[in-house]
Amino acid sequence: MTISKFARMAFSWLTVILFMLSAEVSARADEVLVSAAASLTDVLRDIGKAYQLKSKHKLALTLGPSNFLARQIDEGAPADIFFSADLAQMDLLEKNGRLEPGTRKNLLSNQLVVIVPANSKLSVASPKDLMKPEVKKIALADPAAVPVGVYTSKYLADEGLWDKLKPKIVPVLDVRATLASVESGNVEAGFVYKTDAAISQKVKTVFEVPIEKGPKITYPLAIVKESKKKEAARDFMNYVLGPAGKTAFKKYGFVVLD
Amino acid sequence: MIFSVETWHITVFSLAVGLASTLVILPFGVALAWLFARRDWPLKSIVETIVLLPLVMPPVSTGLILLKIFGRRNPIGQWLYDRGIEVVFNWKGVLIAMAVMSFPLLVRSVRTSFSEVNPRLEQIAATLGASGLRIFFVITIPLAYKGIVAGALLAFSRALGEFGATILLAGNIPGRTQTLSLAIFNFVQTGKDPEAYVLLGITVTLAFVFVWCSEWLLRAGKRA
Repeated sequence: MTISKFARMAFSWLTVILFMLSAEVSARADEVLVSAAASLTDVLRDIGKAYQLKSKHKLALTLGPSNFLARQIDEGAPADIFFSADLAQMDLLEKNGRLEPGTRKNLLSNQLVVIVPANSKLSVASPKDLMKPEVKKIALADPAAVPVGVYTSKYLADEGLWDKLKPKIVPVLDVRATLASVESGNVEAGFVYKTDAAISQKVKTVFEVPIEKGPKITYPLAIVKESKKKEAARDFMNYVLGPAGKTAFKKYGFVVLD
Repeated sequence: MIFSVETWHITVFSLAVGLASTLVILPFGVALAWLFARRDWPLKSIVETIVLLPLVMPPVSTGLILLKIFGRRNPIGQWLYDRGIEVVFNWKGVLIAMAVMSFPLLVRSVRTSFSEVNPRLEQIAATLGASGLRIFFVITIPLAYKGIVAGALLAFSRALGEFGATILLAGNIPGRTQTLSLAIFNFVQTGKDPEAYVLLGITVTLAFVFVWCSEWLLRAGKRA
């Protein structure tokens, strides 16, 4: 068998595949594709459902880590709105001219909270209460590496409590692990983000770190410059920024910035 | 929600695109494996190495390369885009990511099964006047078909598990590009462990069945 025969067979196969691909009909013109940080999945689904009831436009989401999403948009991926979980990625796209000017908005923030098992009697009016003897262990995402752990240790240090509480701190892998160890009752308390506390029925929030004392976490969103559906994108963005959107974000534990 | 409509949709979608990807790469994989096993040509070892790269490279970096190629900033991506062929954020992106990531496994398995076919049988067929194409389809393929099917099954299983390249090239759009692996990622990210475990169960079962069949065929092929 000769190589040229192989080549001919491969070519005809390729033709079949290309034909198959080009036969695909492109997506509806009025579907807004929001490229959103994975932590926004549930709230955006809720908002999308409500939005579709009152609008002619539809909503689709693509979800992932913010740095991946930014990279895709930078390469020209056909997203209409970018909703990032951090400022750096949005800044990058803004610098590269990928955002529709004037549409960027820093919409959400998150907050550190103290959680305890749902059946716990512990009350925490201030972080000092964590020194009570009945609090034996406090779960915290690795304060040396994980952002939530770093922020918490910094906050406690500012309050003059870090050295005193340190012996009680159990460093765990991440926020999920913190949640799991509090849920199971293996620790008496833990520090997580408010949005994480909101997804678990087995924990309750007993203390919220004041926003001005906690880390500056910002979720910005903007319309993508190359979007072909800017009218629909604007319409959805107005909805998100309006009262219905704000209520939904608050329900999921986000802090809405004004 | 154990087997919700969504779960079924994700599973069927993953299986369908995985199957399509395996069928697309099969002829190329078999042809290339044959060229590797039976022919010597310039730069062969270089091509062999390049084909194997996706097997060992971090899937995310393969995905990044694919995104660079098929994104609109690249002439190839722009050319396709102008003709209405969308790859990024589309099921075709899922197919391409799966195809690229599973291709090395297919080529490696098929190559081995071709090397195990006794070349004397092919030579005898040639002396009896059979053409190259005829020898390939009447002697080589039938003798190696178990290895080929085993390789295809292995490639299919790898395609089903694909994550890193898929999420970068095709995005993670529920109902459009979300595969089992991407859905598991999303459920874990949003704290929905029970839903993640259902999909986990499905992936483990599928992977077990396909890899087991693949191994069984390889063993059967050796005995034959």
